[in-house]
Amino acid sequence: MKDVSVFTPAGRLLSSGLVSAVYRRRRLMDLLMTGLAGLAVLVAVVPLFSILISVAIRGLSALNLDFFTKMPVPIGETGGGVLNAIVGSGILVGLGTLIGLPIGLLSAIYLAEYGRGRLADTIRLFTEVMSGVPSIVVGIFAYAIVVRPLHHFSALAGGVALGILMIPVVTRTAEEMIRMVPQSLREAGLALGLPRWRVTVSIVLPSAASGIVTGAMLAVARIAGETAPLLFTALNNAFFSTSLLRPIASLPVQIYTYATSPYEELHRIAWGAVFVLVMMVLITNLLTRLAVRSGYEMKR
Amino acid sequence: MVVEHVEYREVIHPPVVESMTGQMRTENLSVFYDKTRQALFDVTLEMPARSITALIGPSGCGKSTFIRALNRMNEVIPGTVTTGRVYLDDIQIYDKRVDVVLLRRLVGMVFQRPNPFPRSIWENIAYGPRLAGIRKRSELDRIVEESLRKAALWDEVKDRLHESALGLSGGQQQRLCIARALAVNPRVLLLDEPAAALDPIATGRIEELLLQLKEELTIVIVTHNLQQAGRIADRTAFFLLGRLIEVGPTARIFENPGDERTEAYVTGRFG
Ligand SMILES: Nc1ncnc2c1ncn2[C@@H]1O[C@H](COP(=O)(O)OP(=O)(O)OP(=O)(O)O)[C@@H](O)[C@H]1O
Ligand SMILES: [Mg+2]
Repeated sequence: MKDVSVFTPAGRLLSSGLVSAVYRRRRLMDLLMTGLAGLAVLVAVVPLFSILISVAIRGLSALNLDFFTKMPVPIGETGGGVLNAIVGSGILVGLGTLIGLPIGLLSAIYLAEYGRGRLADTIRLFTEVMSGVPSIVVGIFAYAIVVRPLHHFSALAGGVALGILMIPVVTRTAEEMIRMVPQSLREAGLALGLPRWRVTVSIVLPSAASGIVTGAMLAVARIAGETAPLLFTALNNAFFSTSLLRPIASLPVQIYTYATSPYEELHRIAWGAVFVLVMMVLITNLLTRLAVRSGYEMKR
Repeated sequence: MVVEHVEYREVIHPPVVESMTGQMRTENLSVFYDKTRQALFDVTLEMPARSITALIGPSGCGKSTFIRALNRMNEVIPGTVTTGRVYLDDIQIYDKRVDVVLLRRLVGMVFQRPNPFPRSIWENIAYGPRLAGIRKRSELDRIVEESLRKAALWDEVKDRLHESALGLSGGQQQRLCIARALAVNPRVLLLDEPAAALDPIATGRIEELLLQLKEELTIVIVTHNLQQAGRIADRTAFFLLGRLIEVGPTARIFENPGDERTEAYVTGRFG
C-alpha cells in the first residue's frame, strides 16, 4: 500500500518533502514549453504575414478598375488589365473542381465506408503517391492524354491537369473527415433499418460536411495557384477567350510571364495579379466557412 | 428464387406484422469474430413476447454479441460468422430471403451511449417513418408526438422539437433514441446497457418506461446492474465466457440459482 502511494502525485509530494522544489521545477518546465510553442507559432506566422503585407503593398498600387475590366495593352503603353487571366483562372479552376471534386469525394467515400482488402489498399497507395507527384509531371500527363490527341493546347487540358491534382487532396481530407464520424451514428441508422447507402448519404456525409467542404476549399486554393501544369496544357492566351478548346490565360501563368519579363510596368501588373489571386483564395475560403457555419447553426 | 424473395418480403410486412407476437428464440446460436474467434457458443434461449428478458454476466461474456445477433447487427462488422437459427415468431431471420432492412425495422435497437443524429428532435424521430415511405407532414407530426409520449419525453421537449437533439441531456437523449426506435413501430426492442451512461434519476425514468413498453413489445436488455435486472426483468439469462449458463424467472435466478457460477455472480463473488 505504502509503495503504491509513492507513485501517486500526492503521495510523492508528501513523502518526499520536496513539495516546493518539485512544484517549482514543474512550473519552470511549463513556462519553457509554453515559450517554445509560442516561438514556433511566431516562426510559422511571421513569414506568412510578411508575404501578405508585401503583396498587399506592391499589389494594391497596381489595382484600379481597368485592371479587372480591361485586356492587357501592348508593351510600352501603360494601363490595361488582366481580365482575360482572371476569367481564364476562373474557368480553369471551375473545370478542375468539376473533375477533381466528384472523383475525389467518391473515392473518399469508398475508402472510408466500403473499402477493404486489396482494391482499397491499392487505391489508397495510389492516392498517396499521386499527392506526392510534382505538379509539372501531372501537367505532362495531361499533355499526353489531352493535348496530343487534340493537337493543340486548350483550357480543357488545363482543367484536366488541375482536376487530377485536386483528386488526392480531396480524397485524403474527405476520407479523414468521414472516418471521424462516430461508428455509433452509423449503427443508429442501420438499426433503424436504413440501407447502407442511405446511412452514408443521409447520416455520414452531412455529419462530415463542414470538414469535407473545408478540405475541398483547401484543394481549390491549392490548384488556383498552380502554374507548372498549365504551361503544358492551357498555355496562355493574349486574347480574351472562354472556349474550352483553345489556349486560355490564367493568373499564375500571367504572373510567371510578366515577372520573368524585363519590363517594370509588367512587374507592377504581376504584383497586382498576385494580390488578386491571394484575395480570391482568401475570399472563397471565408465565404465557404461562413456558409458552412450558418448551415450548421440552422441545424442546431 | 426471386419470386420467393418477394413472398418473404410480404411475410414480414403488414398485415402479418400486426398479428406478429414479437416472440424471439435462438437455437444453437454461435457467433465468430474474424471468421475463427468464437464469442458465442450454442446459445438456445427464448425471449417471450410482452416481457422483459435481462442478459447479465461479466464483461466480455458475449452479451452484446448475443443481442446484436437478434437484429443481425453483427453483420456490420466484417469477418463475423453466425451459425444456428434465430426466430422472430416463426421467421428464421438468418434465412437468405429475409430482408435485413425490414428485419431491423421490426427489431429496434438502443445502444449504450445515446446516439441521436446531429439534427432536430423532430427529424430524429421522423427519420424512420419517412424512410418507410410516410410523407404527410400531419401524419409524421402525429407519429413524432406519439413516440415521444411513449418514451416519456414529450412534455420536456414539445416546445423545442425543432432544436438540435444534441442540446438534450444524456438521459433525454437516450429516451429520444428509444422514441426514435419506437417510431417505426417495432415488435421487439433490444437495449444494450441503455442506462450505463446515466445518473440514477434518468435510469429510473428509463426503467419505468420499459415497464410500460413491455405491454406491447418484446424487450431484451443487457445490464451490468443486477438491481436493475431485479427491478424490471421477468426473466434473466446469465452468460459466462460466451455460453448461456442459466435462464429463468428473475426472482429464481437471484434467490435460488441452479448453477454455482450463477450464484457466485449474483452474490458478487465473481468478475
Ligand atoms: N468487433 C469485434 N472483433 C473481435 N472480437 C470481438 C469484437 N467484439 C467483441 N469481441 C469479443 O467477443 C467477446 C464478447 O464480447 P461482447 O462485446 O459480446 O461482450 P459483452 O458481454 O457485451 O461485454 P461488456 O459487458 O464489456 O459489454 C469478447 O471476448 C470480445 O473481445
Ligand atoms: Mg457489451
